[in-house]
Amino acid sequence: MMLAADGINVAQNIGFGIIAAVMIFSALCVVSTKNVVHAALWLVMVLAGVAAQYILAAAEFVAVSQVMVYIGAVMVLFLFGIMLTRAQIGSEEGLNNSTWALGIPVGVVLFGLLAWVVLDFTDDNVIAEPAGPAPTQAIADQVLSPYLIPFFGMTFVLLAAAVGAIVLARKD
Amino acid sequence: MLQANFLLLAAVLFCIGVYGVIARRNAVMVLMSIELILNSVNLNFIAFALMNQNIDGHVFALFVIAIAAAEVGVGLAMVLLIYRNRKSIALDELSEMKG
Repeated sequence: MMLAADGINVAQNIGFGIIAAVMIFSALCVVSTKNVVHAALWLVMVLAGVAAQYILAAAEFVAVSQVMVYIGAVMVLFLFGIMLTRAQIGSEEGLNNSTWALGIPVGVVLFGLLAWVVLDFTDDNVIAEPAGPAPTQAIADQVLSPYLIPFFGMTFVLLAAAVGAIVLARKD
Repeated sequence: MLQANFLLLAAVLFCIGVYGVIARRNAVMVLMSIELILNSVNLNFIAFALMNQNIDGHVFALFVIAIAAAEVGVGLAMVLLIYRNRKSIALDELSEMKG
């Protein structure tokens, strides 16, 4: 592995490292805390960290979408879900399966495999400095010409999901 | 920035999400772990877009965000339905479809 200071932007790497450490800690808290509401709030930290990484990677439109859709809308849905299923206030026992310990070797082995593949694939390749934020107009051009059919498909999926969610959750 | 940084961070988030899906008993917390997995995939899309100097990864990340929002909506509706019928959302108690 190359050292962090070898011909690459050190400030960007330090920022990346700090945000990554916060994200990993928060993600571990999401899957290990005993309080459902706290898990949702730790998830907000992870999602905000992902948005910050997008900004570091010059994807500012995706970062704004992340904040609005995930932190704004999805988290509200999660909190509604927690409240409507009457989760206990405070810490709660029995949030884990009886076989939860099986997940640790699965996760560690999976990470070992992925890390091996990633390190083998990327060697010491350095990403070119982003020339500036990706233009939003270019994203719009992509969505509305080559990806128009998938975009239409996605609109129908969203409509079907909204109608389906109403039908499922309706009291009859 | 090293390419491996982004991909390794995404791999860590992915594995934590997989652990959460395996270990958690509460359906809402399993959905949260799935969100972790989807976000790690999005991080990979953005990293590859930056590596290849191509905007397509951003478009795919936006698609994934939209589909994830739909998935959470339907998933939580199903969780509410199960809760209303059974007064519990513990996934290991759902054995009605067992043969």
